[in-house]
Amino acid sequence: MHIIKLIIKNMLRHKLRTLLTILGIAIAVVAFGLLRTVVTAWYAGVDASSANRLITRHSVSFIFPLPLAYKDRISNIDGVEKVTFSNWFGGVYIDKKQFFARLAVDPETFFDVYPELIIPKEHLEAFKRERNACVIGEQLVQRYNLKIGDIIPIEGDIYPGRWEFVIRGIYKPRDKTTDPSNMLIQWQYLEERMKQETPSRAGYVGWYITQIKDPNNSAFISSEIDQQFKNSPAETKSETERAFQQSFMASVSAIITAMDVMSFVIIGIILLVLGNTMVMSARERVREYAVLKTLGFSTFHLVGLIGGESLIIAVTGGIIGIGLAFPMIDGFSAILPKGWFPIFNLEPITLLLASISALLVGFLASVFPIQRALSTKIVDGLRQVG
Amino acid sequence: MNIVSVQNVSKSYWRDSLEIPVLHDISFEVPEGEFLGLMGPSGSGKTTLLNLIAGIDQPSKGSLVVAGTDVAKLSESQLAKWRAQNVGFVFQFYNLLPVLTAFENVELPLFLSKLSKKERKEHVEFTLKVVGLEDRMNHYPKQLSGGQEQRVAIARAIVSDPTLLIADEPTGDLDKTSAEEILKLLVQLNTEFKKTIVMVTHDPRAAERAHVIKHLDKGELT
Repeated sequence: MHIIKLIIKNMLRHKLRTLLTILGIAIAVVAFGLLRTVVTAWYAGVDASSANRLITRHSVSFIFPLPLAYKDRISNIDGVEKVTFSNWFGGVYIDKKQFFARLAVDPETFFDVYPELIIPKEHLEAFKRERNACVIGEQLVQRYNLKIGDIIPIEGDIYPGRWEFVIRGIYKPRDKTTDPSNMLIQWQYLEERMKQETPSRAGYVGWYITQIKDPNNSAFISSEIDQQFKNSPAETKSETERAFQQSFMASVSAIITAMDVMSFVIIGIILLVLGNTMVMSARERVREYAVLKTLGFSTFHLVGLIGGESLIIAVTGGIIGIGLAFPMIDGFSAILPKGWFPIFNLEPITLLLASISALLVGFLASVFPIQRALSTKIVDGLRQVG
Repeated sequence: MNIVSVQNVSKSYWRDSLEIPVLHDISFEVPEGEFLGLMGPSGSGKTTLLNLIAGIDQPSKGSLVVAGTDVAKLSESQLAKWRAQNVGFVFQFYNLLPVLTAFENVELPLFLSKLSKKERKEHVEFTLKVVGLEDRMNHYPKQLSGGQEQRVAIARAIVSDPTLLIADEPTGDLDKTSAEEILKLLVQLNTEFKKTIVMVTHDPRAAERAHVIKHLDKGELT
């Protein structure tokens, strides 16, 4: 019989209490994982930002378009490598709950500036050839069971009317931080319809994406771009892609901060749950610890006995919690409106944080019981009843 | 050769700023192989004296040499090691660990030795045989009678072959028959296995088994 066996036997002394404590820790770890995953998902766009891309939008608001003519002027600025543009197309596919980004892009340049969207050459060529072609992310293929050649009908809102797009390409994300749920259509197709139906809206794009040679020059080039269009009817605001993404987060930053704080408050709750169990256990065993000391067991042994029990309970709860977090997060993702969080995964950093938290909680919860067991004199411990 | 040498030992406890004297200037010796009975009324200081001899408490004054070591001069960790090697303790209420079987309870002190698993098993089985519980090895304390629990406690106290066996009211919680069996066992350990025993008791029948009886009253030997 080793000390581990004694620890296990002590753990099983009050099976229900230990079980409830482990379950409490497991549920808290699941909650921690879920909250952290939501926070991470919210920041996914920011994390996926490229350091060498600038976004130029209308200085008043993102919703105001910019003239197409700006493209060449931006391209001529020193330090600029490539320029492309994009337009928020919007519209409704099936119903309003089916949300995913639908963007009108320039097929000639868009995929050069976004190398993280990996598209087969023949798909790109097919996309360029056909005005009403579209490219979709592989997540949309799975979500709606689509294939090349299928038609995606969209009921337009920003651009009214019924639109039909033929899937000519499917892109794959380069890594987990890349959004796999975009639908990209040809800006030229949009432009041609605007010329026919609403000529005043023709010749405009939503925003420009500029690829620069040296990310260190981003501030300078942003300023140069904005200077080009100063005092024009459509002044611009240029910033790094990260800053642009973060500006979207500003409106929900309080909620995200609250979730962030809550995820760590949960760690505190676990600590209290396990701490309470360990204090109760240690209080019940004061006499036994005194007997062990009388037999010659040292401080080291008692620390191992109490700390070991606390750590095993915390780690068991942590492992169960992490195991449950995967299906829970999948389930949560399934009940969210489609497309809310294109990237909704339990990240390795969340797993690491949950594991470290469980270990830390196991350690901290045993500090007070250990201190109490060690500071109680043998003669006082032996007098303890119960 | 004296196993225990108590010289001018005093012990006081403090309650807030109030000093409560328990033992006054106690001196006596216990030769090797002796069976000493300590008697006295409640509050006379018997258990305190026993705790001092066992090295689980420290005297306020005086010298206390047990098994050749001045226990008053040892640190907590040194005392723990010293107790493991020199003292076996039998409590009035057995104090077995309820989650361990009789075998595992007796095996506990041997984890502090360098014995192998096989050697530990041999020692435990032999000791349980000495106390007559070889057929109860896998029983948990709650599955044993009071007398059997105390025999397991005695087996735990002697399994590491200590120099000195300390017994604090070993029959205090037992019926007459069980008490008789425990006393016989202590006498057997003293005569056959040459264990030096210091036993605190209220029970005159228990004290009769000792070679020497010392009486304590109000912290003084009478």
